Amino acid sequence: MLQPYKELPDTAQRPNTVLQLTVRNHSGTLSHVAGLFARRAFNLEAVLVLPDKNADTSRMWLKVAERQRLSQVVSQLQKLEDVLKVEHDPDGDDIFERTDAAIA
Amino acid sequence: MTSFQPTSDTPADDTKLYSGAEIIVKILERQGIEIVTGMPGGAALPFYDALRQSEKTRHVLARHEQGGGFIAQGMSRVLGTPQVCLATSGPGATNLLTAVADAQLDSIPLIAITGQVPQQMIGTDAFQEVDTYGLSLPITKHNFLVRSARELLYVVPEAFRIASSGRPGPVWIDVPKDVQVERIAVENWPEISTPDTPVPAEQSIVKAAADMLNAAERPVFYIGGGAVSSVGASEKLRALIDDKNLHAVSTLMGLGVLPSDHPRALGMLGMHGALYTHSILDRADLLVVVGARFDDRATGKVAEFCPDAKVIHVDIDPSEHSKLKHAHIAISGDVSTTLDALVPLIEDNPRTEWASEIADYRRRMPLKTPDVDNPTSPYGIIKATFDSAGPDAIVTTDVGQHQMWAAQAYPFNRPRQWLTSGGLGTMGFGLPAAIGAALAAPDKAVVCFTGDGSILLNMQEMATLVEERLNVKIVLLDNAALGLVYQQQSMYYGANHFASTLQEAPDFSDLARAFGIPAWNLGNLSADKARERLHEAFAGDGPALIHCPIEAAEQVMPMVPPGGANRDAIDYDSKPTAEQGDRDHAAAV
Repeated sequence: MLQPYKELPDTAQRPNTVLQLTVRNHSGTLSHVAGLFARRAFNLEAVLVLPDKNADTSRMWLKVAERQRLSQVVSQLQKLEDVLKVEHDPDGDDIFERTDAAIA
Repeated sequence: MTSFQPTSDTPADDTKLYSGAEIIVKILERQGIEIVTGMPGGAALPFYDALRQSEKTRHVLARHEQGGGFIAQGMSRVLGTPQVCLATSGPGATNLLTAVADAQLDSIPLIAITGQVPQQMIGTDAFQEVDTYGLSLPITKHNFLVRSARELLYVVPEAFRIASSGRPGPVWIDVPKDVQVERIAVENWPEISTPDTPVPAEQSIVKAAADMLNAAERPVFYIGGGAVSSVGASEKLRALIDDKNLHAVSTLMGLGVLPSDHPRALGMLGMHGALYTHSILDRADLLVVVGARFDDRATGKVAEFCPDAKVIHVDIDPSEHSKLKHAHIAISGDVSTTLDALVPLIEDNPRTEWASEIADYRRRMPLKTPDVDNPTSPYGIIKATFDSAGPDAIVTTDVGQHQMWAAQAYPFNRPRQWLTSGGLGTMGFGLPAAIGAALAAPDKAVVCFTGDGSILLNMQEMATLVEERLNVKIVLLDNAALGLVYQQQSMYYGANHFASTLQEAPDFSDLARAFGIPAWNLGNLSADKARERLHEAFAGDGPALIHCPIEAAEQVMPMVPPGGANRDAIDYDSKPTAEQGDRDHAAAV
């Protein structure tokens, strides 16, 4: 069950948080998101991007290793024009674990 | 990109096909853009050919794309609406970067349009090809690489909406040459885009803020550039501060929101703020921050900034809340609409003890302006220029000592009167920004304070200035040095001056004359004679250069040691020895 970012649980217990973004599906979007993390020195552990069925949008999962600055990360992401929605995916770790297992 | 753009009921000519270039020009005209500025080049020629035929939009030819970017910025900063600069691909685009980054750091609405090599050549290292999209990405609010003429009907109005909505900023549109020449049928033109209406802040939060302000014993307002960009905010802040006996400091970007001589304006805070300003901030129990972002040059060491104060932070950009300093109450909203909700809830409270404490700090620790009556001293030339230019003049600056002296001592009386490169601190800003200001406000004189270091960075725009015959007075403070570097080397690097003196300088008066700009030199003149010459220079309504030699030993004071707390600022009577300076510096790094 996805949650609006405001209702993030206490993340202090977990090393990483998984954010799910709904983004415009074009070639520059990944650069915008990756560039934001690089230039603001936010730690990004993993990224997964899949196009949505309608092809106008994509979904992007970000595994974020930021506890103190998570709300800053989220509010900077929300400013990107190509990012339409930012949600917290409490089950998001599974996605990365399953992907990890599949390629292991 | 298939995003929807609402169409207007203004039909296009259905007997013709429009080129991408014509579509851009038509939309610029419809957005009310009367002047665009920049330089042409191969990949922008279809656009320039369409622009040639416009009867509503005129082109001002800059002599360097960076100059064009700052001319457009000058117009934006005066008008408050997005203005447009142009460049070709490759070096045209890279030359624009600095002006666009400057707009991003100061939240200035700007549209940059560049030509790009044709799409089939993108990625082949074609002549004058650079990845403009990639280069502009981190320094813009948003950017577009346009793939078809049809997309322009969406992208161009959207660029205007993004640049002017919420926190303003620059938007870059990169248009490959084949898109500029592609012809399509257009039924109706897109709607003229306008800024999004700001969402009012939640009433419960505004009420909490009012309660916190009403309960405060020693509140201080902290006014930033957001109070300049928010339409109507200045008048509302003045009224609030007058009616409720409140006090306010200003950032570099917020100067003019309150008149400098307002009895409850507490000057500019920051690295070169007055000692009384910082002592008052140290004592404040509440900061009401309106449209400011706690820049490090304003706060000094942020951990020691306003240690006893709670913070109410009003900013249209929620990502500024608690980014650097915790906000006890964060209000996401436009300054002006927030004030509409907040003001009726503020109670009368004379706070006489606080007022007398403030008056006491002011009396004991004033901003010192030594030698102000000598028109060829740093503060003297600022004051004498005001006397000649009058209160209506618009003021631009370059970056360095002259900028700080002007910020400290020029009597501002309104927002959008003061145009300076705050966030990026770009030398070379002043002259082209002054040209832009004069284009946007042809009825006003424009003063450009500059230095012998800064003027050389965009002096080619003197040709643009002469061609446009604008009323720009360049006041050049010449200390034969990169003054602020020289000063920091004096104070913090054992007075070992390196790479900061400019002895082999051109004769600036002759140089101006070579461009066709009359020049006056104030060197070796009596005070009366210098004032007289300054008046002469300001008498005409065309360009002029006033050359004012000053001593390299002159310093901007007070000064907060880099990395230090604002309360540790030193002033004229407490300058450190070279050894102390070195220690301060070592501690800071």
